[in-house]
Amino acid sequence: MNHLTDFEVFLMLSVLKVVVVLVITLLGVAYTVLLERKLLARMQNRWGPSRVGPFGLLQPLVDGAKSFLKEDMNPLAVERPLFILAPIIALGCALISVSVVPFGAVTRVRGVDLFQIANVNIGLLVILGVTSIGVYGITLSGWSSNNKYSLLGSLRSTAQVISYELALGLSLVGVVLRAQSLNLRVIVDSQSAHGALSWNIFGGFQFVAFFIYLMAAFAETNRAPFDLPEAENELVAGYHTEYSSMKFAMFFMAEYANMITVSCVATLLFLGGSTSIFGHIFDGILNTPIANAIFPVCWFVAKVFAFLALYIWVRATLPRFRYDQLMSFGWKFLLPLAMANIIVTSLVLAVRG
Amino acid sequence: MVPTAYYLVLAAMLFSIGIAAFLIKRNVITIFISIELMLNAVNLTFVAFAHMWHQVSGQIFVFFVMVVAAAEAAVGLAIILSIFRTRQTLNVDEIDLMKS
Amino acid sequence: MQLALFIVFGALALGGALNLLLQRHPIYSALSLVVVMMSLAVLYWSLGAEFLAAAQVIVYSGAIMVLFVFVIMLLNAGKEEQTQGSRAAYSVGFPGAAAIFCLLSFVFLSERGSLQSTNIGGDLSSAVDNIAVLSAMLFTRQLLPFEVTSVLILVAILGAVVLARREQ
Repeated sequence: MNHLTDFEVFLMLSVLKVVVVLVITLLGVAYTVLLERKLLARMQNRWGPSRVGPFGLLQPLVDGAKSFLKEDMNPLAVERPLFILAPIIALGCALISVSVVPFGAVTRVRGVDLFQIANVNIGLLVILGVTSIGVYGITLSGWSSNNKYSLLGSLRSTAQVISYELALGLSLVGVVLRAQSLNLRVIVDSQSAHGALSWNIFGGFQFVAFFIYLMAAFAETNRAPFDLPEAENELVAGYHTEYSSMKFAMFFMAEYANMITVSCVATLLFLGGSTSIFGHIFDGILNTPIANAIFPVCWFVAKVFAFLALYIWVRATLPRFRYDQLMSFGWKFLLPLAMANIIVTSLVLAVRG
Repeated sequence: MVPTAYYLVLAAMLFSIGIAAFLIKRNVITIFISIELMLNAVNLTFVAFAHMWHQVSGQIFVFFVMVVAAAEAAVGLAIILSIFRTRQTLNVDEIDLMKS
Repeated sequence: MQLALFIVFGALALGGALNLLLQRHPIYSALSLVVVMMSLAVLYWSLGAEFLAAAQVIVYSGAIMVLFVFVIMLLNAGKEEQTQGSRAAYSVGFPGAAAIFCLLSFVFLSERGSLQSTNIGGDLSSAVDNIAVLSAMLFTRQLLPFEVTSVLILVAILGAVVLARREQ
């Protein structure tokens, strides 16, 4: 690669990074669905998908092929442009936010960081912003479907997502105060000193913030116990009632991609990102460049999947909330709690100097 | 390297489109939307000048404009809702009486 | 690099604004304003206002415009029709807006020499981190306006609740 200029290397590696991360995220989405079905089945004492491939491992591929081959129906009364735009917005926004996530330790090849697509100073705000744009996907799908169930589902969902965005954003302020930066790399580095002991959730005493983040994240991604927009016994299927085939699959993938993003953010902010649980104790063993590049990525993936498993566990355990319970929980409990957390954290930081 | 004047001209274009939309549109909500467009155009000039003078005060002003715009949107949309409830219309030409 | 960013997103903003003007359905106008706001956010970022770029996306397009779309959906506002007033506005509005645009751009372009040119990212005086400088200024010298705006927000919330509540 020596005859290429730095800019050409940068361009090539960036495109390569984007493609690889996109493929891995989409595969991750497909296998999160399988993981969810398998885990749910185990928790409910059944087998789950087990026919296609060993342990049902090929099930996501077959599901994908099925959604491709189904007829793509466009109901007559829909608002065509928005009806088509809505799933694209939903999936696009869900995938874009992965671009600022650092997956591993800083590994530079000719000045280009391999394990992060873009190192932005305001990485955390970028993720929040992209998530807030994703609301349009849900809102527009409900309105353009011209169906009362879709509209009700999307109104519920929009109100829910906007309300919980507040609690979500405020729960992250404590972490930002400790790291004194919005750069995701810096936030991860601020928790890397003593392994699990210096993670924000334990050593940083941000477990209240983690709890708020957890609740708000469930609501943000419209997952159980806050999956009211899709409450099938009240609203048929919520905002994607009128969608079929690939457009439905896009909503479905957007939901799981959002889950992965939220898990990535939780990992970065509260669980130490790509740093090891044991801190620097085992740094002497296997101190080769390749091992130093690979192990952080493995830690990161393991933490993300642990968080996803928590998601699925909660879905198998808790029943759905009622709508007024959801709203009063968000506004009257989570929001004041998040503010109290900010005040206490900043007081402690001010006293310690 | 882009001259600051280009940013200002872009802002001027957006602002005049906002004025035109404000005058032409008959729907209360669209009129409200064009006000937001005009606010955004002015914000762009503030940020461009803040960049030119290497000062942060312009950005602070934009921050305040955003806060006020949020407050304005909340109250304005509530007013539009209550107008619609009493008149059953959003056309500004038909909302011309103080008493309903 | 910055010129490319400026041309692409400036054109996008302009296209969005024109679409706002030409569309007859309020929901399309609202969505084109969202496009304008997003491209303005990129322009802010290229001018070194990182925090404002993020705030533009989160506050403006993520909260305020969602509120607009929400109200349009709730009221089910349809296409607007031509009326007497709109014809008068056409004859006054377009020339007036064009005149204002000509005046402003004449002033800006004739003063081009004294306005400098910009480089990407940009630097504030004695600053490394845009957000640190902004918040330091906001919480020290601009503390009173900051608190006043928070009171304003509170009043706005109360006003919205009072106005939107159905009378029993």
